[in-house]
Amino acid sequence: MTSMLLTSVVEWSRWQFALTAIFHWFFVPLTLGITFMLAIMETIYVKTGDEFWKKTAKFWMKVFGINFAIGVATGIILEFEFGTNWSNYSYFVGDIFGAPLAIEGILAFFMESTFIAIMFFGWNKLSKKTHLTATWLTAVGANISALWILVANGWMQYPAGMEFNPDTMRNEMVNFWEVLFSPVAINKFFHTVTSGYVLAAIVVMGISAWFMLKKRNIVFAKKSILIAAVFGIFGSAALIWTGDGSAYQVAQKQPMKLAAMEGLYEGKDKAGLIAVGVLTPGKEYDDSKDPYIFKIEIPRLLSFLSNRNFDSYVPGINDLVNGYEYVDKDGNKQAGLSFAEKRDRGRIANQALIDYKAAKDRGDNSSQAEALKLIDENFKYFGYAHLENPSSIIPNVPLTFYSFHVMVILGCYFVLLFIVVLWLLYKDKLHNKRWLLWLMVFTIPLVYLASQAGWIVAEVGRQPWVIQDLMPTVSAVSRIDAGAVQTTFILFFSLFTVLLIAELGIMFRQIKKGPEGVE
Amino acid sequence: MNTTKKVFQFYYTGFKNMTVGKTLWAIILIKLFIMFAILKPLFFPNLLSKNFDTAEQKSNYVFEQLTTTPKQ
Repeated sequence: MTSMLLTSVVEWSRWQFALTAIFHWFFVPLTLGITFMLAIMETIYVKTGDEFWKKTAKFWMKVFGINFAIGVATGIILEFEFGTNWSNYSYFVGDIFGAPLAIEGILAFFMESTFIAIMFFGWNKLSKKTHLTATWLTAVGANISALWILVANGWMQYPAGMEFNPDTMRNEMVNFWEVLFSPVAINKFFHTVTSGYVLAAIVVMGISAWFMLKKRNIVFAKKSILIAAVFGIFGSAALIWTGDGSAYQVAQKQPMKLAAMEGLYEGKDKAGLIAVGVLTPGKEYDDSKDPYIFKIEIPRLLSFLSNRNFDSYVPGINDLVNGYEYVDKDGNKQAGLSFAEKRDRGRIANQALIDYKAAKDRGDNSSQAEALKLIDENFKYFGYAHLENPSSIIPNVPLTFYSFHVMVILGCYFVLLFIVVLWLLYKDKLHNKRWLLWLMVFTIPLVYLASQAGWIVAEVGRQPWVIQDLMPTVSAVSRIDAGAVQTTFILFFSLFTVLLIAELGIMFRQIKKGPEGVE
Repeated sequence: MNTTKKVFQFYYTGFKNMTVGKTLWAIILIKLFIMFAILKPLFFPNLLSKNFDTAEQKSNYVFEQLTTTPKQ
């Protein structure tokens, strides 16, 4: 009964967090990319003195301003939730999570109250170069602000630079640089911000295409599309590069997530990457059904992406549950622990923690030292003590698989779109291709879908872990009433829906007005 | 004019001359009011700070929670 109630709180708290994060992420990525594009436009204005670029930059600044104003502070609700719904987690992570969030909050505050204000209010009051500097600093500041929250998220996926203190029950940061420069955090940061660049490029192209369809502001639209498509091409190149880096890190640090992303149940050497596939519904890890109804596979690519070696072994879901052995590139035998072995070690750490506290209470230093040794040796698997069934370490495979493939397929489509648009711009034929202009408009929701799908891969794919291997979701959640979480879920849903409608309403009105004084 | 006055004037005239910005500021202020005056105090207390006074009490509570979590 207790377990069922807890499951309900866990599920509702997860839904609530997902809802808040998804809504927050509707607003953030555009900010990351569009600021750089309007900084580029303003730079052209400062270099050439051509008023056209000033007016163009001002129009896109308005789009940025609307998006920023509606989205600002929506992320704060996530921090409210940490203290209420995820109090065990918040306490357990200690200052590791708090420090980056505090830096982000302070940085965001100073950035928003200075550079953005200068950017909006400073036209004709400051020198061109000072204003341009503020615009560039807004772009850089928005991206650096995102760094800190992504570092915190990266730490949850790969907890580095910390030590567990059994006296305080908190993880303590012992190396700030290991936390900041963890390969997972760095790849996550660059992959996330570059996804924002591609999203912003698609949005600018889509809105500009609408002007071309309406046969107004044609010069403005064409030049905006040119800037966006070039920015989008470079953004996509960086996105693919960092995506490869992220996939490699997932393979090394979160192999279960990678297996779910690919629907890979049985590990193999020379593993292929599923380019397109349909999973067998109802497939369980311990049945003999074929995982795929249909698939198109690129031979050996998954092995290469995972280990930088086309012949290497990639473990599947069943291997990660049951344990596995393989021969590495140097011919050495390697083994991966099974769920049961990790659970046993987690239970040793858990019991040692209980023993440590009891020994401390009765002043038994020797038993305390023995328990501490066991904790140190097995803490790596501490979270497994809270899991009973092998299936509990497997994330939602269909959701992770399809989200990953939607993200990748759409990413490839965006690259193709940028290339085609640039080619037609070069040939001066874009304005005649109305179907393509409409396609550009309807690609706007697709880029948001791809962006959200990326986060679903990252967050659903790492389940059941809140902190990889150390804390499962079930242990992180507060023991609160599920009804209260349902109430706030509905409240947030209403609030965010109103905000989204408000943004779209104001945005559409401003877009319809168009840029002032340009063709 | 001293620097403080100049900065004040910069922001004052900036806000005064806003058009669509005024609506946006209204949305921001309403949103912040809902978040900090309604949601935070009524629905989002910091659970550990609300229920416990000392770090030791919080630590003991989290210890109990993490060592006795029902298995999933």
